[in-house]
Amino acid sequence: MLWYTARKLATAIVLVLAVATVTFFMLYGASADPVANLLGQTATPAQIAARRIELGLDRPVIVQYGDWLLNAIQGNLGTSWLNRQPVTDTLILRVPVTLSITIVATIVAAIVGVVVGTMAARWRGWVDHALQVLVIVGFALPAFWLAVVLSTTFAVNLRLFPAIGYISPATSIGGWMSSITLPVVALAAGVSASIAQQIRNSVLDVERRDFVRALRSRGLGSRRILFFHTLRNAAPAGLVVLSLQFIGMLGGAVIIENIFALPGIGSLAIDATNVGDVPVVMGVMLVTVVIVVVVNLALDLIQGVINPKARLR
Amino acid sequence: MSVSTETAAVAVSDASPRQFLRQLARRPMLLGSSLVLMVVVLLALLAPLLTPYDPTKTSLSLVLAPPSAAHPLGGDGVGHDVLARLLWGSGASLMAGAIATGVAVLVGVPAGLIAGYRRGRFDTVSSWFADALLAIPGIVALLVVVSVFGTAITPTMIALGILFAPNFFRLSRATVVQVRKELYIDAAKISGLSATRIVFRHILAVVATPILIQASLTAGVAIIVQSGLAFLGIGNALEPSWGAMVNDAYRNNVAAPQLILWPGLAIGITAAALAIVGSSLSDALNRSGGRFRTARPDRRAQRRQTHEDAVRRAASAADVDGHLVVEGLRVSYPSEAGLREVVRGVSFSVNRGECLGIVGESGSGKSQTAFAVLGLLPSEAVRQADRIQLDGIDLITARERDLDRLRVTRIAYIPQDPMSNLDPVYTIGAQMIETIRAHERVSQRAARARAQELLGQVGIVDPARTLAAYPHEISGGMAQRVLIAIAVSCDPEVVIADEPTTALDVTVQAEVLALLRRLQRERNLAVVLVTHNLGVVADICDRVAVMRDGEIVETADVFTLFRDPQHPYTKELLGSTLSGAEPRTRLLGRASAASRASVETEPEGESS
Repeated sequence: MLWYTARKLATAIVLVLAVATVTFFMLYGASADPVANLLGQTATPAQIAARRIELGLDRPVIVQYGDWLLNAIQGNLGTSWLNRQPVTDTLILRVPVTLSITIVATIVAAIVGVVVGTMAARWRGWVDHALQVLVIVGFALPAFWLAVVLSTTFAVNLRLFPAIGYISPATSIGGWMSSITLPVVALAAGVSASIAQQIRNSVLDVERRDFVRALRSRGLGSRRILFFHTLRNAAPAGLVVLSLQFIGMLGGAVIIENIFALPGIGSLAIDATNVGDVPVVMGVMLVTVVIVVVVNLALDLIQGVINPKARLR
Repeated sequence: MSVSTETAAVAVSDASPRQFLRQLARRPMLLGSSLVLMVVVLLALLAPLLTPYDPTKTSLSLVLAPPSAAHPLGGDGVGHDVLARLLWGSGASLMAGAIATGVAVLVGVPAGLIAGYRRGRFDTVSSWFADALLAIPGIVALLVVVSVFGTAITPTMIALGILFAPNFFRLSRATVVQVRKELYIDAAKISGLSATRIVFRHILAVVATPILIQASLTAGVAIIVQSGLAFLGIGNALEPSWGAMVNDAYRNNVAAPQLILWPGLAIGITAAALAIVGSSLSDALNRSGGRFRTARPDRRAQRRQTHEDAVRRAASAADVDGHLVVEGLRVSYPSEAGLREVVRGVSFSVNRGECLGIVGESGSGKSQTAFAVLGLLPSEAVRQADRIQLDGIDLITARERDLDRLRVTRIAYIPQDPMSNLDPVYTIGAQMIETIRAHERVSQRAARARAQELLGQVGIVDPARTLAAYPHEISGGMAQRVLIAIAVSCDPEVVIADEPTTALDVTVQAEVLALLRRLQRERNLAVVLVTHNLGVVADICDRVAVMRDGEIVETADVFTLFRDPQHPYTKELLGSTLSGAEPRTRLLGRASAASRASVETEPEGESS
């Protein structure tokens, strides 16, 4: 298990480094002229040149990269070109917001998905048919569209939840829950359906396997077999879907944060992209990949615990 | 050898092209969703003809205008005609879907084919890249691309295609690896044709449909992502798009809440049609592979049968002696032509200390008989019987909960394939202890001690280590001993063994049979041994029932059966199975009390 963990960790670090490197060279090397973008059309060539020197962009890209990497390892992601704020400080303020909605949405989707998927596999009939329809609807209706509808209905018209803004759980737990409810529902709806579908298929697959019949022959009872054996064997496939869906949710959060005016990294990324604040875009990309890698690592470790064969791979 | 190549090739290509297309024609969902897609494409192409309005022109009088004859969907927040925006917007969405999907296929499929075919370093490197790409959140990466290349939609969608490529890469790579395993060795033996060409032709035939499925889903996702970006205002602000319409609706959600409906319907219907195309294609693919059984248990028929059984049971008062008595057992499965009977009126009984062999070819219904007695048939099966009695207890009307109390404590089961009958995610010890504690109130520690003792009894050398092992860490022979240990763990009176040695090596078979025989004597068990192997029967059974096509054709004492078979089928079976061997000498050898563990079992010619 230790060896398994170490290997997963090493792969994760290489992945973060690779993505960061490619992103850096794209942003700093391939970009036509980020400064001209930043200063707008009224800037004179002299102003642009001066600003380039000030930002250190006159140096070769490889030197800039080495510099950035050394600083990044120490936790310094540079300063915003726009407001001169340290990028790391901004991210520290904003990451918890994004994590609140994506992690809560992941947990909600996992619970709903497992319950509905198991019911569909067990009862078949109308539950199963309804799930098939929901899967298509959940896939076809974009999370941001659902978010707009939810915001209009429950926030603007019924006034049950705040339409915009985020309340930190440190300030008020109740306020935090009510501020993330609509974003979480918008994110989790489609994902729940696809996890339910996966769990349904896996449960049906596992129930066809010989060992389930052998367990029945030992008089263990269908409930015990379902909870201790079938679901545990069906879980690995569900976890794979969950980890892919989590990555998708981080992307979806970018738009959802915009709709509910949540101060997370998604809205930060969009503002930074619109004005060409390259260090911030870079920082957001880095921190998202780190989040993905950490969550995948956690899911891999869970995988290793529930599936002894995974430890061998 | 060339014959087997042809059959393999047919089997592979059968799953895809022409026959497959014919199947598709019978699928209304697929036809319907394809039609919807065609309509969307047509609307996009004919947008200039269908609406007289310019989707980029605004007019003050149209701002948030309600629907009217001239503007059936009204105007949006800036004064565009909504219908015109909707029709023209479909072009942007379809284009985005096409570019992203095209790039994903063009990058992913060739790379996957090469990686799967060549393996080696290219495979390692490209697989790693695929994994890395899958770990990148799409929209964040697209924002980076927008920062670099600007807001034009084409580079963004190309980037999206690259992010989707790993799905196609994995799909085609896995297919090549699979097909190569099946075909390559045979193909290499054909003279005149290059093996590579053969492999690739078959691969393309096999991989085409899965790629189509993946492509339709990818196009759906791409359309949603594009509208998401347009919603955020990324992309050409002048060009009409569904995403920008959602944004406009959002900004005017108080004054004109109906505006959200139209772009939502447009995105939803298009993406849903793509998803349905994908899922009906994969349904069709799985159907031709025979993976999904749609047959459902006919509950009413089952209930009616149970009632009829009860009536008949009352009528047949004549008590047949035996610890386990089965009379008139029938098992049938729903099929396209109504119920298909696989067991047709089987009767037998077995006493304690006795071993009854049920012998027959694969497909004769002998395993179904075993499952039916244990109540372990799949849910779609229909079971009827005049009597299934265990020591006077009626097993037909017993409720599931009562059956669970009898299982393993009074009637136990030893399965055929040891490896697939242990739960792979629990240790041997956990599975043994679970069974013991489900039926007896003993402590964890006591149950573990009992499990360890049982493993010793079934001849496992290092019981403590085996208890801690997972099923994949032990050999097949050991696994079968474990299953036997579990079967006798709660001291049952009857054991039903379904081909307990078929999946094992010849030498291990002999040991396992010896073990069964020993346990039967020590514990005075009634054993029902299902097998196709007359050697096994000769070695351990006292009586034999010969089964064929779901019926027992002959039941006899084992000596009588081998010496003087009555039914022609029994004679045929004896003749074919034991050709060259002399059964009687072995029987006599066993009868002369010098019964040893060694059995000359013949190599398996068949398996069920």
